[in-house]
Amino acid sequence: MQQTPAGQGSVSLTRTDRATLLVKFVGPWHLKRDVPSAKVVEGELQSSLPVKRLVFDTSELTAWDSGLIAFLVQTSAACRARGVDQDRAGLPEGLRRLLELAEAVPEKKGTRSAEVRSPFFERIGKASLGYGLSVGDFMSFLGELTVAFGKFVRGKARYRRVDLIEVIQECGANAVGIVTLISFLVGVILAFMGAVQLSQFGASIYVADLVCIGMTRDMGAIMTAIIMSGRTGAAFAAKLGTMKVTQEIDAFTTMGVSPMEFLVLPRVIALVLMMPLLCLYADFLGILGGMFVGVGMLGLSARNYMQETISTLTLTNLFGGLFKATFYGVLIAIAGCLKGFQCGNSSSAVGDAATQAVVMSIVMVVVACGLFAVVFNIVGI
Amino acid sequence: MATSTTTPGKTQNNQPHIIVKNLTMAYGSFVLMREINFTVRHGDIFIIMGGSGCGKSTLLRHLIGLKEPATGEIIYGDVNFTKADPATRELMLRRFGILYQSGALWSSLTLAENVGLPLGEFTDLRPSQIREIAALKLALVGLSGFEDFYPNEISGGMQKRAGLARAMALDPEILFFDEPSAGLDPISSSLLDELILELRDSLGATVVIVTHELASIFAIGNSCVFLDADSRVQIASGDPKELLAHSEDPRVRKFLTRGKEGGQSENHHV
Repeated sequence: MQQTPAGQGSVSLTRTDRATLLVKFVGPWHLKRDVPSAKVVEGELQSSLPVKRLVFDTSELTAWDSGLIAFLVQTSAACRARGVDQDRAGLPEGLRRLLELAEAVPEKKGTRSAEVRSPFFERIGKASLGYGLSVGDFMSFLGELTVAFGKFVRGKARYRRVDLIEVIQECGANAVGIVTLISFLVGVILAFMGAVQLSQFGASIYVADLVCIGMTRDMGAIMTAIIMSGRTGAAFAAKLGTMKVTQEIDAFTTMGVSPMEFLVLPRVIALVLMMPLLCLYADFLGILGGMFVGVGMLGLSARNYMQETISTLTLTNLFGGLFKATFYGVLIAIAGCLKGFQCGNSSSAVGDAATQAVVMSIVMVVVACGLFAVVFNIVGI
Repeated sequence: MATSTTTPGKTQNNQPHIIVKNLTMAYGSFVLMREINFTVRHGDIFIIMGGSGCGKSTLLRHLIGLKEPATGEIIYGDVNFTKADPATRELMLRRFGILYQSGALWSSLTLAENVGLPLGEFTDLRPSQIREIAALKLALVGLSGFEDFYPNEISGGMQKRAGLARAMALDPEILFFDEPSAGLDPISSSLLDELILELRDSLGATVVIVTHELASIFAIGNSCVFLDADSRVQIASGDPKELLAHSEDPRVRKFLTRGKEGGQSENHHV
């Protein structure tokens, strides 16, 4: 038998006669130290010489805990599988009782999850069906939202004005700080990118055109949308997901108050109202950032820069950007609320819902941005 | 309310109030319970009992329309709830009061706002009147003075009572309780039992309770259905005290005597 350092439990196996195996435990068996695996006994049981009976000797066992119980449970499972008798008389009384308790209830069949890997095509099929279902969920959510919005337009929707104002403050006013920082920096980055190339031709003044068109047409809207996805979309999903877990949404439903009107509608409306405002603000800050680079680094005069900017600024670009921002707002609100409603019943599900909401809204925003670019190009805007 | 058949304070004893016919509950293709049949009479305190995980709470979710039956139907008075159109259903739901297991108070609203919200949505009361009624309902459950507290500022037992005050806001005909004594100490739990009895007698409401608290079952229940997780059918129904005295079924005896009778079952764990 292998030698083990002092202070660590060990096991030795000896044959007392041809069919009896004596399992002798030595030293302290503590989980904190490494304990031997039951594999050694299983290996002995499989050996060519058949074992009919297992006896235990614990005279040199100084201490034990769950480590020894786990060893014995595995050993006796192996014994049962091979029809080997066990004589537990050699075990301490407490240990025997715990073993009996562990074996009192037979394993419930079918509760252990079967780790059968399904074939490749089956997995593809299941995933596709799952996607199909999620498209269905999305559509029915959209339908219910449209109905709720129809009620809102007719002034029949049930929601609390206080809630609407609260959400507006949360996703409008409270987001101004981060939008300021990000869009100013985006303006600075755009200006630097242009400046390197344009100054080679002595056309530095066109940095103003680049920043102005870039910000108003796309960058203002998309940067605001991405900030709001991470900030507000995630917050919506987490809030509604938590309400789902605590049954607060059920409480609305069973009270005859539609959660769609009471919870989703104010959030969609708040974002639809706030997104164009934030986008306009982002456009302005971006242009300011461009001017900061133009005046500070490229030696343009502030007056020239403003004049160039104003002459390039068109209403089509400006309103195109604001329209896009509004549309992104709808997408973010829908993604956040939908994922919140679909949240499972645990705290980790709330985290998942928030993550999925951010991913879904950013994907939808970027895809929509691409589609807008194509459509605007075709229409000639 | 147009479809209302009873008024508070007046009971129509022995008339069926809730009839469940051949109800099968399923999650997708997984059948949880088959062929449930029972009748709840006006003024009953009806207990849904059974071991953990047998589908008690799911049965309650069916009764209040949060889940649709796989087969079978649920009838309230003479209206078929399962087949009712959404508008009728909404009217019927307003006659229910529901106390959820966790209380499910709306966390962004104060207690008075929680109780007052249904009043504000479904009545023409002025805000000052709503506040008075909300204060009254809170006083009925022993929470006077807590009107302006938020749910996270009060204890679990108080949240439960506030949930009950909200469930009673619209003077419901039927009160549903999901594990009312879960997480309560024995004294709060027995006070809640007394409160339920009191409400039944004074409002004339029918009460349906999901619980496995034996003390409550015998103290207040006068009718019950017993669901069994292994066979996935209901295995007993009737007065719980009668069941204790006369039931022959070992599974029922074992449950009602906390495992002292009814022999060794293979699944004493849950």
